[in-house]
Amino acid sequence: MGLLKWALKKSIWVYHVALSPCNNCDIEVLDVLTPRHDVERFGIKLVGSPRHADALLVSGVVNRHVLPRFVELYHQTAKPCVVLAIGSCALSTTIFEPGYNTMGPLDKILKEIDPNAIIAYVPGCPPKPEAIILGAVKALSAL
Amino acid sequence: MNLSKAVSLNELRRTYGDRIDKCEEVSANRAYVYLSPAVLPKVARFLHKEHNGRLATVTGVDTRDGIELLYHFLHPQEHLFITLKTRLDKPSPEIESLASLFPAAIWIERELYDLLGVTFTGHPDLRRLVLPDSWPEGVHPLRRDFKGLSES
Amino acid sequence: MKRTIIPLGPFHPLLEEAEFFELTVEGEKVVDIDLHVGYVHRGIEKLSETKTFDQVPFLVERICGICSTSHPLAYVQAVEDLAGIKVPERALYIRTIVAELERVHSHLLWVGLAGHFIGYDTLFNWVWKYREPVLDVFENLCGNRNHYGMMKVGGVRRDFSKDDFPFVHQVMDQTIAATEMLTGAVMDDPVLHARTKGVGVLTKEDAIGYATLGPVVRASGIPDDIRTDDPYAAYDRVDWKVVTYEGGDVFAKAAVRLLELVESAKIVKTCMDRLPDGPIATEVRSIPAGEGIGHAEAPRGEVFHYVRSNGKNTPERHKIRAPSYVNIPSFKATCIGEDIADAALISAAVDPCYCCAERMAVVASNGDRLGKGDDLVRMSREKSRRLKDELGQRTPLDKLGDSLKG
Repeated sequence: MGLLKWALKKSIWVYHVALSPCNNCDIEVLDVLTPRHDVERFGIKLVGSPRHADALLVSGVVNRHVLPRFVELYHQTAKPCVVLAIGSCALSTTIFEPGYNTMGPLDKILKEIDPNAIIAYVPGCPPKPEAIILGAVKALSAL
Repeated sequence: MNLSKAVSLNELRRTYGDRIDKCEEVSANRAYVYLSPAVLPKVARFLHKEHNGRLATVTGVDTRDGIELLYHFLHPQEHLFITLKTRLDKPSPEIESLASLFPAAIWIERELYDLLGVTFTGHPDLRRLVLPDSWPEGVHPLRRDFKGLSES
Repeated sequence: MKRTIIPLGPFHPLLEEAEFFELTVEGEKVVDIDLHVGYVHRGIEKLSETKTFDQVPFLVERICGICSTSHPLAYVQAVEDLAGIKVPERALYIRTIVAELERVHSHLLWVGLAGHFIGYDTLFNWVWKYREPVLDVFENLCGNRNHYGMMKVGGVRRDFSKDDFPFVHQVMDQTIAATEMLTGAVMDDPVLHARTKGVGVLTKEDAIGYATLGPVVRASGIPDDIRTDDPYAAYDRVDWKVVTYEGGDVFAKAAVRLLELVESAKIVKTCMDRLPDGPIATEVRSIPAGEGIGHAEAPRGEVFHYVRSNGKNTPERHKIRAPSYVNIPSFKATCIGEDIADAALISAAVDPCYCCAERMAVVASNGDRLGKGDDLVRMSREKSRRLKDELGQRTPLDKLGDSLKG
């Protein structure tokens, strides 16, 4: 396990999962790739498939339609993986709580399908790119 | 803009005068015209074809007296919104579809069908639009009596 | 010819493989397109009925992150229409500044993404680099890079200080210069012309039939723009022009956005120079019974809000209609008959804010999946590469990209 953790710490491949976001968090995630923040210099890379991912960057509230698809996606993701909940919507149901399509906070739902899920929280609406990078780096060092 | 100069509104009153239940000029650029469900599609056609009205959207409201539909037409040259209002009886609210008049009506009507349970006769593809596949049929969240889905 | 189904995935290749819409192809041509929605449906209209009138702007701001000020602006105008509230002049100018800054950042975002789809990644990075100072401006003026929380019923929530204006002028000048440079290269680039001229054409007739909005309708030569069709904020107090372009193709849509971007930056500068003194809000004690309509020209087109009140402190009914909801169905008119390699670009040209319209889902009618959205973007970029190879020389956009790298 020590070697695996060391391998993960070298560089982190992330897969972006947008549940039902307003897209602000998603745009700030993209921002971290652009020249001002340039997160690739930290070895953080966005990949096109959850099967290659060390971390899932999740934004948006869990709603009825995305829930089964998210569960399937989580099962497909290689383990161990860190789920980085980006933004208020992923942290809790926030202002959408009484909504008829809202299913509940992400961490509660995730712990029901995997009690050992590793979840990191990056608060903000949206979190600034610096916060997202800090969140990713902290999650790395927590592994 | 003074509404007395609004050609679209004046022509509407002249052509459909006796079939308009009420016409309210609320401000310099907002007018509300009350019609029966049978007349509304004809007036909608008139505003769009004869007076370049663009249908911004249709609002549906569940009220004590039935489902109210508001068709909001913007007349850009006159800086004016003419909203056509009608009321449909529950439990089976129904009105003729405008989809044959312009394709823009297709999604507007599907959403009202989905969230309020209004049937648009003659719609080419009346099916669910925004609610998830797992949502039960016949349950319309914008109805007053909707109290949430029980998760059992 | 054999018909095959390709599900067209996300507009952005870096986002989750959410199912968007389904293309039916025969060989290399798109013959049909089916659109499904429902992924981002959060029931905001019903939620609005549980919030007080002054809480609603914070809710509707989060309908869409990119046009996040347009929804609150349309909403507060609907309530002001309902209650006959007059907004002070200073607030009208501040609203205009925020709305136009939003148009600048949104169009820059789009130009970057379109560049990526076509295959000009240096430009994607460069344009987004120019977008960052605009977000800094938002942070300086409003307190946040996104979700600025500026609108309230009766005016605006925060005042502007003249001390911040030199920085804003500088950023706007920079943006105008950069965009004019880019527009010059775009207008001359043969690969870009080959990829976008005559591609995904929306005729005037279809533009009207689908009631399309924003840059999409203006790229078909129709000058519909809420800022002149039903003026609000300070748009009738400053000189500016509605940008239209003929042709209705992807090129026209790109041209409209680039030209509008510059126009918006100029409006911001003018409004700062002319900002009158005075209060920033009218005091509002309660909202009477009644109904009102408010709309605003968001970067993607008209955002429409209707509010009904029964005298209580929450809306009785709040209807919201975002522009992408209207523009996206026009894919039926623009994608059918086109090359599959152009599908990603044609759909991007509408600048769909799918969280506004709700994301699309795919339903494979026969279960065949030939590819994902990433594949379609890849196809688009490969087509550009092929065209460049045929050309055999550096294009104006390549040269611009080189000069920016150095």
